[in-house]
Amino acid sequence: MPEISVTVNGVEHREEVEPRLLLVHLLRERLRLTGTHVGCDTSQCGACTVVLDGKSVKSCTMLAVQADGSELLTIEGLGKDGLHPVQQGFWDQHGLQCGYCTPGMIMAAYQLLQDDADPSEEAIRHGLRGNLCRCTGYQNIVRAVQQAARATS
Amino acid sequence: MTTQERPPKLIGEPIKRREDPRLITGQGSYVDDLQPLGTLHLVIVRSPYAHARVTGIDVSAARNAPGVVAVLTPEDVQQSTEPVPVAAQLEGMHMPLRHALTGGEVKFVGEPVVAIVAEDRYLAADAAELVEVEYEELPAVIDPEQALEGGPLVHDELGTNLCVVSPIGDAEAAARAIEGAEVVIKQRLMNQRLIPNPIEPRAVLAHYEPGPGTLTVWSSTQIPHLLKTLLSACARVPEQLVRVVAPDVGGGFGCKLNVYPEEILAALASRRLERPVKFVETRQENYVATIHGRDLIGHLELGAKRDGTLVGYRIKVIADIGAYQHLLTAAIPTLTALMLQGVYKIPALAGEIVEVFTNKTPTDAYRGAGRPEATYYLERGMDLLAAELGMDPVELRRKNFIGAGEFPFDTQTGLVYDSGDYDAALDKALAIVGYDDFRSEQARLREAGRYLGVGFSTYVEICGVGPSSALPAGGWEAGTVRVERTGKVTVLTGVSPHGQGEETSFAQIAAERLGVGIEDVTVIHGDTAQVSAGIGTFGSRSLAVGGTALVMSLDKIEAKAKRFAAHAMEVQADDLEFEAGQVFVKDAPEKTISLPEIATLAYNAVDLPPDTEPGLEATSYYEPGNFTFPFGTHVAVVEVDTDSGAIDLQRFISVDDCGNIINPLIVEGQIHGGLAQGIAQALYEEAVYDANGQLLSGSLMDYAVPRADQLPSFELATTVTPTGVNPLGAKGVGEAGTIGSTPAIVNAVVDALAPLGVQHIEMMLRPERVLDAIQAAKGGAR
Repeated sequence: MPEISVTVNGVEHREEVEPRLLLVHLLRERLRLTGTHVGCDTSQCGACTVVLDGKSVKSCTMLAVQADGSELLTIEGLGKDGLHPVQQGFWDQHGLQCGYCTPGMIMAAYQLLQDDADPSEEAIRHGLRGNLCRCTGYQNIVRAVQQAARATS
Repeated sequence: MTTQERPPKLIGEPIKRREDPRLITGQGSYVDDLQPLGTLHLVIVRSPYAHARVTGIDVSAARNAPGVVAVLTPEDVQQSTEPVPVAAQLEGMHMPLRHALTGGEVKFVGEPVVAIVAEDRYLAADAAELVEVEYEELPAVIDPEQALEGGPLVHDELGTNLCVVSPIGDAEAAARAIEGAEVVIKQRLMNQRLIPNPIEPRAVLAHYEPGPGTLTVWSSTQIPHLLKTLLSACARVPEQLVRVVAPDVGGGFGCKLNVYPEEILAALASRRLERPVKFVETRQENYVATIHGRDLIGHLELGAKRDGTLVGYRIKVIADIGAYQHLLTAAIPTLTALMLQGVYKIPALAGEIVEVFTNKTPTDAYRGAGRPEATYYLERGMDLLAAELGMDPVELRRKNFIGAGEFPFDTQTGLVYDSGDYDAALDKALAIVGYDDFRSEQARLREAGRYLGVGFSTYVEICGVGPSSALPAGGWEAGTVRVERTGKVTVLTGVSPHGQGEETSFAQIAAERLGVGIEDVTVIHGDTAQVSAGIGTFGSRSLAVGGTALVMSLDKIEAKAKRFAAHAMEVQADDLEFEAGQVFVKDAPEKTISLPEIATLAYNAVDLPPDTEPGLEATSYYEPGNFTFPFGTHVAVVEVDTDSGAIDLQRFISVDDCGNIINPLIVEGQIHGGLAQGIAQALYEEAVYDANGQLLSGSLMDYAVPRADQLPSFELATTVTPTGVNPLGAKGVGEAGTIGSTPAIVNAVVDALAPLGVQHIEMMLRPERVLDAIQAAKGGAR
């Protein structure tokens, strides 16, 4: 089995993995970082979104071996030193209900703001179109990202 | 007491949710996050055919595959478990039962046939590939009207595809009224099949421990207590040895208000193997194996006088329930029947609900469950009638509204509407949309070749479900309040929130009543070992029913606390007031005793008041005397591109009245989410089967759950008309957005295209249907 090295939330891990192991299962079942969720199997829902080398990726559509040598940021790493402004925005603006899409949504929003610090509502809605939420109708998610943008600009 | 000493007011305030810190940091605990040592994974082999005879099953290769611990086959499962439970049983209903695995004849794509249990999910999936099932394909019936007219039989032994017919209202009176009406509208209205799609697929983890003989089941369920009872029977484990836990649950929307084959199989496998067994559905399995919603064809006849006064309403509804009944399947279309009358005075009304078997996934409760259909039929009917009469749809509605002074109001369907002020919600919505200005602007833009439309839906829904007489397993709810020795407070509730925020709203109620900080209250739900009894979360019932059980227990706590205080202070209990965590003497407010002090007296029990037991805990069961009936007005503004058929939803105004509000932040969120679903039914979502019964819209690639850029920012407002049904005055809000919104969209699109002669377009309003409707109105095919 190939051995890979990934740095997750600042911690380096060396793991022997089957070539077919999905990145999301490495995170959830091997490293026990269960904040990253699985909501589909066709790369549509975005519940498994993590940040890999400065890009948001869907970890259910990537093999663990493809992440070899990469730096990963997951929901557990985002708020390590207190809530990140995106997390604070989701809390303050009631941007979540059941919470299942939330970690992926937050990671996608985090990367969106890294790429565009002051997005319009249209840009936020477009930027989050790879992440599905069935509870909120997105309005408070948009508000959450707007609050985070104000807080970080 | 001075005002400074009073704790902050909590009820009615937008308190941020206490659930959220764990959920936004990845510390939530959903079923698939749990991984007890030695957990095995269960994978299902499903029927690829809508209708077929199973002529052979060969599991020998799978049994010998790496990591496989057990293979379950239909014969084995049929001997070792009871059938998948059906709770809603209507008079005269055919009820073909199935077991958790089907052997003889499979009846829909996705029906479970074989189960594999292996050391991990990859190995289980590998082994599933090795199972050889031989099928002899049989003719399938997909169209419910064809199923009624002699199509292939889903269940040969029944000799018919008809499941049950349920009449409601006075058929003779309705027939007479419609015959004598000056104007009659007749329209076939399709309320298409939808797929629930909670973002967390179903998941179950069963753990049988042979020592104590206990079965613990973690399930993504909305009904842990009902699941405990039903699963105990299905898996043949005594109920008192079964514990069900609903941990964090990633959305339900009705589809997790059920008992599924995989729950029975996981329990059976764990009992046999004496190890934890987990099943987690893939999304593509979710599309075929979890219940669907809606799929009702309505044949509507609405009669009125020329001045717009309604005289009669008759509807025949054909409900395609799929291949089998699930837990509440048969009851859902009867909710449509109950709500046929809507917000109007209709002197004669009759409905006939025909439930039909087809070779599709079973339907059951989904987001609104029966009420969106009733609202759609009547609110589309009202716009069709307005068009026929040449009357403004707002004026037609207003003319027929049940007046604010006419409550409680008896409907033709046997309900008693508790309270309402339909004009108030409509007035507010008209003001927000700027109705008169819109009509002038619309006329001006039409001159310029642009087609804008406005659509209304004035709805009423049935919530606070409900009196036990109306439900197959009871409609009460239970709640316990325990003041701990330190004065901290534990609330235990039988409702099972999965996003609705009761850890916050129930804490608001308890903290304000007991005068403690909200941080001193913990709300526990979803664990049958901690919460002694309950029904669950569905039907917009948690606050109206579960919240009332909590209030009843708070009343008991307050009364008992006063008895301890009166005894200690040597006064009469009637002379005491309870406020701000203190009991004080009304006439001498400087004489106080705090809640922690009372708790110490209660638990140390050295000097008990007469006839008083130690402890400070109370449990209540609340049996609702009636349903509650929230209402409101939804307005959509659209522009239709008549070249492409594309619909631009420009504004959506939602004025909702859910009675008294405990937490406006949560109420707003509930409305938002409901609107997204209601709008998506009109514009985006439709389950599509081919003639062989294959689900073509069988994944998130093919079924359009709306995305952030497909919805506008909604404009919300409320009116507040409390209910007298419960002491909170709260009616429920979980489904209002879904129930009200759909017809507003369709009405707006038809309004936009009315100058072209378009009278109706069937949902969902995909561009080619819009173009076809325009072309048909012009008098020719596209």
